[in-house]
Amino acid sequence: MEIEYGFAVLGGNFLERRNDMSIIKAKELAFEYIRRDEQGNVESINRAIDGVDISVEPGDFVAILGHNGSGKSTLAKHMNAILMPTEGTVWVDGMDIKEEKNLWDIRQTSGMVFQNPDNQIIGNIVEEDVGFGPENLGIPTDEIWERVEESLKAVGMYEYREHSPNKLSGGQKQRVAIAGIMAMKPKCIVLDEPTAMLDPNGRKEVIKTVRKLNEKENITVLLITHYMEEVIHADKVIVMDKGKIVMQGTPKQIFSQVETLKKYRLDVPQVTLLAYELRKQGLAISEGILTIDELVNDLMSLKR
Amino acid sequence: MGIILDNVNYVYSVGTAYEKQALKNINIKIEDGEFIGLIGHTGSGKSTLIQHLNGLIKATSGTIYYNGNDIYEKDFDMKAHRSKVGLVFQYPEHQLFETTVIKDVKFGPTNQGLPTLEIDLRSFEALKQVGIDDEILDASPFELSGGQKRRVAIAGVLAMQPEVLILDEPTAGLDPKGRDEILDLLAKLHKERNITIILVSHSMEDVAKYVDRLVVMNHGEILLDDQPKKVFAYYKELEQIGLAAPQVTYVLNALKERGCDVNTEATTVKEAADEIMRYAKLKWI
Repeated sequence: MEIEYGFAVLGGNFLERRNDMSIIKAKELAFEYIRRDEQGNVESINRAIDGVDISVEPGDFVAILGHNGSGKSTLAKHMNAILMPTEGTVWVDGMDIKEEKNLWDIRQTSGMVFQNPDNQIIGNIVEEDVGFGPENLGIPTDEIWERVEESLKAVGMYEYREHSPNKLSGGQKQRVAIAGIMAMKPKCIVLDEPTAMLDPNGRKEVIKTVRKLNEKENITVLLITHYMEEVIHADKVIVMDKGKIVMQGTPKQIFSQVETLKKYRLDVPQVTLLAYELRKQGLAISEGILTIDELVNDLMSLKR
Repeated sequence: MGIILDNVNYVYSVGTAYEKQALKNINIKIEDGEFIGLIGHTGSGKSTLIQHLNGLIKATSGTIYYNGNDIYEKDFDMKAHRSKVGLVFQYPEHQLFETTVIKDVKFGPTNQGLPTLEIDLRSFEALKQVGIDDEILDASPFELSGGQKRRVAIAGVLAMQPEVLILDEPTAGLDPKGRDEILDLLAKLHKERNITIILVSHSMEDVAKYVDRLVVMNHGEILLDDQPKKVFAYYKELEQIGLAAPQVTYVLNALKERGCDVNTEATTVKEAADEIMRYAKLKWI
């Protein structure tokens, strides 16, 4: 009885604290790109984000889908305070991104990886590049080296530590970029189409690395992508359209809605589409099939 | 007549420490009106190969014939050749530079030295073909969406009315609908204008759906050259060189391995669905 009583009293507080546990939280977030002419008069306003509420728990793997221009990247850029909200609030690990004193801590908490690997690498040697972040944080030299070694091992690029980054493949460069973020010991990594410019092998390497960091190091991951096969292992998928969140759920829930996704200019993995077609034609297959194995197992169970 | 590459070799940085043979003994014949997919992992020589076709790179040895003419002959008109073999690079929208969409598209035909009327006609036609509305002809190319920019860039090449159109990963970075739009556009151009199209792609699902012939490159050599369904039968070999087959190929092969007598040649969702339904009706239902 006592326990119940305590719980009821703490109820309000408890909810409050749960909210604070979110690593990333946005409330009624809106962002407008404002274009001005030479005189400074407003020419046009583009509301790229239009009232987004989002809450990401520590350790989650969240994928964000949406067509070109749906507001994904604009949203991502709020997650380490590159952009400031026009309306609403974003908290990174409980810190309001609008407060300038939080800026350094926010960027250290949530690191970003962008699309083009060549734009993100600045060092002449892989290990120098990875050390750039922690060096700027004023970390003692010994610890920088420790972190560089640790991060390069985590992304499987340790053997390349003394190589020149421009001799690496696209996938390897992206892994070095991820190591550079890891060396700052963030709680969260935001990746904005990290595989768009890579070949299938490079894509696999990067996604494998990101999944490993999420599972082994418990880093929160926000992955923005156009490749549907890359999100099937996410804990949660968010679909954006016209600056709003229009769908939210597990990959299974999202990918079972083939027609709705098409409406938002998106797609499903080819195997999901095949399963959907076969279901439509009357085969007893489960909804929202995501992998080749799932489909084959379901088909084999039809055997008389 | 088409394009013939006869024993073409290309070596980068000859005589330096970085010497690298990017193309090895390439022999290939491309017929007029073919729709070819060119695949291979990064560094396999795809880009080097396509740059040979319009003379941007000169082979270290070997000969290239275009409609029966040796393009390395002294009196061969390379300038005319480059407008016949149009090349759309990766991220072509990065090459847009004019102040308006229409000016950008006119740049190519203007440089061909065509009469003004012809330039206008060709430019408007090209923009119409790629599905760009008249309303945005005077907009800055930089105000357009990613997919629109890319279509404008393709229109710039089309306005030169090439006989062969080569595209280096034209769908990279686009959303799924944008990808389909560009590929449907290519299929339409191929059908309506009967131009030869060479599509460099990393997406096996895309090439399987659109092309008639698939050329696979590895380490500067042509490894496979056949219909997509024949090429994807080598899916295990493709994996070893960093490629893959469409997902449906794996589904059918897995069914076969587990004792279902299905034909594994399907490469698109529709073909695979038809084949599985055929088998299901026979054995399961």
